[in-house]
Amino acid sequence: MTSNIESIETVEHDVIVVGAGGAGLRAAIEVSAQGLSVGLVCKSLLGKAHTVMAEGGVAAALANVDQEDGWETHFRDTMNGGKKLNNWRMAQLHAQEAPDRVKELERWGAVFDRTKDGKILQRAFGGHKWKRLCHVGDRTGLEMIRTLQDRGVHQGIKVYMECTITKLLKDGDKIAGALGYYREDGRLILFKTKAVVLASGGVGKIYSITSNSWEYTADGQSLAYEAGAELIDMEFVQFHPTGMVWPPGVRGLLVTEGVRGEGGLLTNNKGERFMFNYLPESTRHEFAADVKEAKEWIDAAIAGQKTTARRPPELSTRDNVARAIYTEVKEGRGSPHGGVFLDISYQDSDRVRKKLPSMYHQFKELADVDITAGPMEVGPTCHYIMGGIKVDADTAQTRVPGIFAAGEVAGGMHGANRLGGNSLSDLVVFGRRAGLGAAEYAKGLKEMPKFKDSDVQAAIEELDAPLNRTEGPNPYDLHKKMNEIMSAYVGIFREASEMKIGVEKVAELKKEIAKVRVGGGKKFNPGWHLCRDLKNLIVAAEAVAVSALSREESRGAHSRLDFPNLEDEKWGHVNSTLSKDGDKMKLEHKPLASMPADLKKLFETK
Amino acid sequence: MSESHSRSKEATLKVYRGDGAQGQFETYKVPMEAGMVVLDAIHYIQANYAPDLAVRWNCKAAKCGSCSAEVNGHPSLMCKTRMDHFEDGEEIVVQPMKTFPLIKDLVTDVSWNYRVNEKIKPFSPDESDTKEWVIYQEDIERVQEFRKCIECFLCQDVCHVLRDHEKKDGNEQFMGPRFLVRTAGLEMHPKDTADRLDYLKNEGHIGYCNITKCCSEVCPEEIHITDNAIIPLKERVVDEYYDPLAKVFKNMFGGGKNK
Ligand SMILES: Cc1cc2nc3c(=O)[nH]c(=O)nc-3n(C[C@H](O)[C@H](O)[C@H](O)COP(=O)(O)OP(=O)(O)OC[C@H]3O[C@@H](n4cnc5c(N)ncnc54)[C@H](O)[C@@H]3O)c2cc1C
Ligand code: SF4
Ligand code: SF4
Ligand code: FES
Repeated sequence: MTSNIESIETVEHDVIVVGAGGAGLRAAIEVSAQGLSVGLVCKSLLGKAHTVMAEGGVAAALANVDQEDGWETHFRDTMNGGKKLNNWRMAQLHAQEAPDRVKELERWGAVFDRTKDGKILQRAFGGHKWKRLCHVGDRTGLEMIRTLQDRGVHQGIKVYMECTITKLLKDGDKIAGALGYYREDGRLILFKTKAVVLASGGVGKIYSITSNSWEYTADGQSLAYEAGAELIDMEFVQFHPTGMVWPPGVRGLLVTEGVRGEGGLLTNNKGERFMFNYLPESTRHEFAADVKEAKEWIDAAIAGQKTTARRPPELSTRDNVARAIYTEVKEGRGSPHGGVFLDISYQDSDRVRKKLPSMYHQFKELADVDITAGPMEVGPTCHYIMGGIKVDADTAQTRVPGIFAAGEVAGGMHGANRLGGNSLSDLVVFGRRAGLGAAEYAKGLKEMPKFKDSDVQAAIEELDAPLNRTEGPNPYDLHKKMNEIMSAYVGIFREASEMKIGVEKVAELKKEIAKVRVGGGKKFNPGWHLCRDLKNLIVAAEAVAVSALSREESRGAHSRLDFPNLEDEKWGHVNSTLSKDGDKMKLEHKPLASMPADLKKLFETK
Repeated sequence: MSESHSRSKEATLKVYRGDGAQGQFETYKVPMEAGMVVLDAIHYIQANYAPDLAVRWNCKAAKCGSCSAEVNGHPSLMCKTRMDHFEDGEEIVVQPMKTFPLIKDLVTDVSWNYRVNEKIKPFSPDESDTKEWVIYQEDIERVQEFRKCIECFLCQDVCHVLRDHEKKDGNEQFMGPRFLVRTAGLEMHPKDTADRLDYLKNEGHIGYCNITKCCSEVCPEEIHITDNAIIPLKERVVDEYYDPLAKVFKNMFGGGKNK
C-alpha cells in the first residue's frame, strides 16, 4: 500500500519546534523574535504539557530572600546534586542566566508570590543552600506555561495542536523535515524545515508508578537516536521521594517537594524522623544536627526571619530521600499503604492552605485526607530523567546538523541527580538558547534541504502497520508488560543479576512490539497512538537498562546494591553514551569535559 | 473508608461512543477500587474493552484541565470525580461537553476557545519602566485568583449564552466566562497599561452575560468568575461608556486603571 505523498498536507517553516512545554514555547518565542518562521507542534492541546503540572517553583539565584545567594552557589549546588557528572558549562550557563529568565517571565505577565517588600518570593528546596525557588503557591508551572503560551500566541507563532511527530527526515546528514499525524483523525502532515528543536519532555511512562502523563513516551529521545544523535546518562532516572501511595488510582501522583520546603516532616511508623540517619557525610554539615535545630530553622522560615540554624534533613537531595523512604518501608517501618508519613498539619491550617493549595485539594478530594489535620502517606515515584539527548551547551545542537534539543529531553545539565526547581529554570535558559541556536543555523542555510520520498513512505507504512494486521498483541498489554519489567529489574535499587534479566526481557518485548495490532480506525484512536508510542518507549527502556547495567558504581539516582559506593576514579569522569549502530544500540563511555580552574575553585570553599 | 467492601463491587458506566454524525451510549461494567475516579474507570474500559475509546487527559490531578466531560449531566473533570460519590448501583452516564463540536466519544473540538484568546490584547506593561518591579502581595491576590484557571472550558460549556444560544460566531460572538476571567487578570494587573474595554463591549459582548453564576458553580479551581471577574468588568464598561463622571472619579481616586 503506497500513499500519494503529494496529497499530504505540506507546510514549510524555517524552524520546527517539537513540544509546547516550557522549553518548546521558549524556543519558539526566540526563533520568532529572530524574525524567522516557526511551527510549534504538540501532542496535547496547547497549555496541557507537563510543564503545567510543575508545582514547587523555578530555581534562580535572585537573592531576594537570602542575600548571600549568587550564581556561583547555585552552580555549586547543582554540580554537587548531580554528583559532578553534569556538563559543567550547562550548569554554569543555567545558574548565570536563570535570574534574567525569571525576571523576563515577570515582564511577560507572570505573577509570582511576593516578599514583604514587593520582590519575587523564594522558598527552600532540597539540595539548594539558600531559599531560591520563585513560585506561585504550588502551581508555578501553570503560571509559567500560561505566560509563555500567551506571549507566543500574540507573537504569531503557528501552533499545530494534537499533532504527533513520528519521524525526522534528513537530507544527507542534515535535518530536512518531519512527518506527523493529527490525533483527531490520523491525517498526515509533512513539515519542510531547516532546523528542528526537540523539546518533547521525558520517558516516565516506562515505569508503572510515575508522576508522568501519557505524553512521556520518550518520543524526542527516540526520534533523535534514530536520526543519529547520541543519548547520554540514561541510567539516571529520578525517583521523586514523595508520590501518593493511596488510593490505588493515584499511586505515583506527585506530592510537591514544596511540602518539605515549607517545613513538612518525614516520619516512619515508629514516629522517628528517620532522615537524620540518612544524611551523607559529605553534606551532613549543612543540615540541622537534631530535631531542635531543625525546628528553629522552620520557625524562622515561617516568620520570614534570619537564623543561624541549619535546614532540616528532609531537605536532603531527592535521590537520598527516595532511598531512605524505600529502605524504611522495606525494613518494616512503613505506613499502612506502603509509604512513610509526611506531616505539615502541625502548622497553622490557614498557612498550609495558602502555601500549598493544590496539595490540600489533591489529598482532600482524591484520598479523603485533610493535610491540615493529619499526615500524608508518601513513597517514591518515577519523576524525571536526567539523561537525554547529548547537546552542545551553548547552542543546544546535537551532533546531527540542524537538530537541537532543550528541556527534559536533553541530557547533561543535571548530571546524576536533578535538584528540584532546576528543571523549570533549565527550560527557559536552554529553551531560549536552542531557539537562538536553531535560528542561527537556519539563517546559515541558503536553501531548504530536501528529504527523500522513500523515507516518508517507509515512515507511513510503519505507522499504519498495527491497523492493518489481523492479529498481534494488544498495545495496552505490552505497555503494562514493559512497566512491570522496568519496575522489577531496573528500579530504584539495582543489581547486575536482575538487570541482565531486564535487558533480555526488554529485547523480547521489542520483538512483540514489532507485531502489535489494534482495532478501530484512525479517528482519535488512543490504542493506535499507543502503538506508535511503544516504539519510542522501548528505545528508552533499552537505553535505561543497558546504561544502568554498565555503570558499576552508585552515584546520584543510580543505586547499585552490588556496587554501593561512588567510584570516582573509574566512573566519575565518563558519560554512558548510546548511539544507533545498524539495528544495535552501541554503548560507549565517553569522557566528560573537565571544568576550568576558576570554577573548580568554587568547590574548595564551603 | 471501607476498602474491602468497595473493592468487591462493580460499577456500571454508560459512555457516549460515536462522532458528530452518529453515536450511542454503550454500557460497561467496571470493578470498583477504593478511591477510584471516573477517569480511572474510562481507562479501565480502554485497556480491557475498547482500545479506541477517545478521551483526553494529562495530569490526573485536576491541574491541566484536559479531562472535561459531563458526568450524570454535570460538567466535571473526570479525574476529580470520585466513583464513590454515586449511589450503589447508580448508572454513571459519561458524555462529551455539549457546547463544542464533537470529534469522537468524549473528545470535543475546543479550538474555538483558542481563537477567542488570540483576540484579547496581551499583557502590556510600560516598556520604559526598566527598574526592578516592586509589587505587593495584596495588590495581586485577585489577579492570582484569575490565573489559577486551568482552561478546562467547563464554564464555557455550562454558560447558556454559548450552550443554548450558540453565540460563538460573527458579530454576535460572546467570549465566554473563561476569557472574561483572562481579561480581568490582565486589566487588574498593577503593571498593565492596555485598555480592553472597547473589546469587551463591542467584540467580546460582555453584555450577553446575565449573571446567572452557573460558570462559577462548575469551576474546579473555585474562581469566583461572576463576582470577582465579570461584575467588576461590567462596572468598568458601564463607567466608560455610560457614566463618564464615574470614570473620572475612579481614575482620580484609584480603583480604576491608572493610565
Ligand atoms: C507533577 C510534576 C511536578 C513538577 N514540579 C516541578 C517543579 O516544581 N520545579 C521544576 O523545576 N520541575 C518540576 N517538574 C519537572 C518539570 O515540570 C518538567 O521536567 C518540565 O516541565 C519538562 O518541560 P519540557 O518543556 O521539557 O517538556 P513538557 O512540558 O513535558 O512538554 C513536552 C511537549 O512535547 C510534546 N511532545 C512530546 N512528544 C511529541 C511528539 N512526538 N510530537 C509532537 N509533540 C510532542 C508534548 O505534547 C508537550 O507539548 C515537575 C514534574 C511533574 C511531573
Ligand atoms: S454568569 Fe454570565 S458568563 Fe457565567 S454562565 Fe451565567 S451568563 Fe454565562
Ligand atoms: S475559569 Fe474555571 S471553569 Fe473556566 S476554564 Fe478556567 S478553570 Fe475551567
Ligand atoms: S487529567 Fe488533568 S485535569 Fe483531569
